[in-house]
Amino acid sequence: MTDTLTPILSVNWDEHDAYRLEGYKRGGGYEALDKALAMQPDDVIATVKNAGLRGRGGAGFPTGMKWSFIPQGDGKPHYLTVNADESEPGACKDMPLLMANPHVLIEGIIITCYAIRSSHAFIYIRGEVLHVIRRLQLAVAEAYEAGFLGQDIRGSGFDLDIVVHPGAGAYICGEETALLTSLEGYRGLPRNKPPFPAVEGLYASPTVVNNVETIASVPEIITKGADWFAALGTEKSNGHGIFSLSGHVANPGQFEAPLGITLRELLDLAGGIRPGHRLKFWTPGGSSSSFLTDEHLDVPLDYEQVGAAGSMLGTRSLQIFDETTCSLRAALRWTEFYQHESCGKCTPCREGSYWLVRAIERLENGKGTDEDLDMILDVSGNIMGRAFCALGDSVPVPITSAIKYFRDEIIQHQKEGGCPFDPAASTAWADSAGADR
Amino acid sequence: MAFDDETRARLRADAAEIVGRYPKARSALLPLLHLVQSEDGYVSDDGIAFCAEVLGCTETEVRGVATFYTMYKHSPAAEYQVGVCTNTVCAIMGGDQIYSDLVTHVGGDGHEPGHGEDVKSPDGKVAVERVECNAACDYAPVVMVNWEFFDNQTPESARKLVDDLRSGTPVRPTRGPGRLCTWKEASRVLAGFGDGQAADGPTAGPASLLGLKIAKERGWEAPQP
Repeated sequence: MTDTLTPILSVNWDEHDAYRLEGYKRGGGYEALDKALAMQPDDVIATVKNAGLRGRGGAGFPTGMKWSFIPQGDGKPHYLTVNADESEPGACKDMPLLMANPHVLIEGIIITCYAIRSSHAFIYIRGEVLHVIRRLQLAVAEAYEAGFLGQDIRGSGFDLDIVVHPGAGAYICGEETALLTSLEGYRGLPRNKPPFPAVEGLYASPTVVNNVETIASVPEIITKGADWFAALGTEKSNGHGIFSLSGHVANPGQFEAPLGITLRELLDLAGGIRPGHRLKFWTPGGSSSSFLTDEHLDVPLDYEQVGAAGSMLGTRSLQIFDETTCSLRAALRWTEFYQHESCGKCTPCREGSYWLVRAIERLENGKGTDEDLDMILDVSGNIMGRAFCALGDSVPVPITSAIKYFRDEIIQHQKEGGCPFDPAASTAWADSAGADR
Repeated sequence: MAFDDETRARLRADAAEIVGRYPKARSALLPLLHLVQSEDGYVSDDGIAFCAEVLGCTETEVRGVATFYTMYKHSPAAEYQVGVCTNTVCAIMGGDQIYSDLVTHVGGDGHEPGHGEDVKSPDGKVAVERVECNAACDYAPVVMVNWEFFDNQTPESARKLVDDLRSGTPVRPTRGPGRLCTWKEASRVLAGFGDGQAADGPTAGPASLLGLKIAKERGWEAPQP
């Protein structure tokens, strides 16, 4: 029986020098690299395929398969771009990982580049996290100095350069094609797919784009084997992942566990909902995943079963809200976020997010009408599936889930001519004696 | 006013290093914009002209990119940009109250600032703005100062933070280096020029460590092959 929590990427985070080369090496760091460099590149790809590793950035695409799409012997340069643009509301796993253990990503990058035959990798990290960027810059510099990067790595004849590339504030750049456009020095607009990045990615060359946690999971797969990884998790969702709990829980935080853990188990570890309150709704994978409620406490958190429950695993960003929270207020704020972050390229997302915000605002302020509700559902239907990229598909998610689970509450806003909730009751300091106001 | 010769020469050397990181020069534009922001505190007309000259593209092209990304300022930033997260989790956990409190506290004129607008203190040292989710939800409500984490804020702690910044009293980010750098210094780190502070501050904050701590207490670990 596997233990409830399985710290792997997070196992050294409590060590004072985990982010330094020597700290990482003390725990066996960079040993997977030597093992991988002694393998054929195709065997590295096969190992990751057999492990069943799937993208940890939300989409869950099989990683080894993505790598095998890179055409070999095509005479073009190949690129790896790590998506460290973590900006999904609720997502907060990659940033602590990179602050505490950046070398595990660098080792994963070197192994991945060896496998896909790339000599240039980029870490596209969101710009708004200065200290995480410092740690990453230091780790890359240390890796060069130790000969893990640069020319003829470990005498293998394999060369690799890594560039840490901070973004400049744009959620859309977490979308893989927008990320590539941005990395080329342009406004971060998404591109048509196909061609997929594996065929025409960065500089129109074959490119793998993977999330931080995906690539960081590679060294341990090489060290311990595909079977070891595949034995963790559930039938089709193999391995481990970091689950982030935030909001109205007694002790928010990061929990690394096999895929398939439930919210009930995680809440138990986080001390439950904050004292005196009860669970109202939660998102399993950030604001782009539909709300779930206390009916879903025992849903195994893997790609398939969260999907079957009507939501998606996404980035395992569990945002928890108790009964003091107005579901409309939450949905409005997320919709405002999407409106702000819409790149403007396609009409359904650009215009749809604008009109949704106006209608939700009226509902929240108690000035909404039944026509507003109908309009919201109509506009939502015209965004979903019709937008240029996945950001657009996310726009209607918060408000349609609020309508699905809390229609009565929305009608109550209309009846009372305003929001029936007291925002002060939701704050972190609401229940503490002598709370600062 | 164009950059003087000494400044130009210095920025030119930095720009050459930045451009040298990439297979194609145009990829250097985002870090170059961070670089010019480290000089002027915002993307000035001089900064735009400088980027265009380095990359051999038009100023319009550079401006088109600079206006797409929220981290680039188009008027001089304060020494300390205080960003209150008002995305959903932080807002509900108290970020909305912290934000409106700070706007009043720094001396806002009472009008609700729009998205992307900030409110500056009269001495120009501090500007308060809203920021979107900053990947620290387990520390909500979160305030960022020059993109360093100030976790688990309350209205009182945030007011004190702003007061300290204005009076020059040293403040320490929760998960960051001992010395808080200025907006311009932060921009230089973003351009890829380290400030030697990477090894300062904790490896991880307490919320990040919660799962690991519980696992150790209960003897839980990843299985061996």
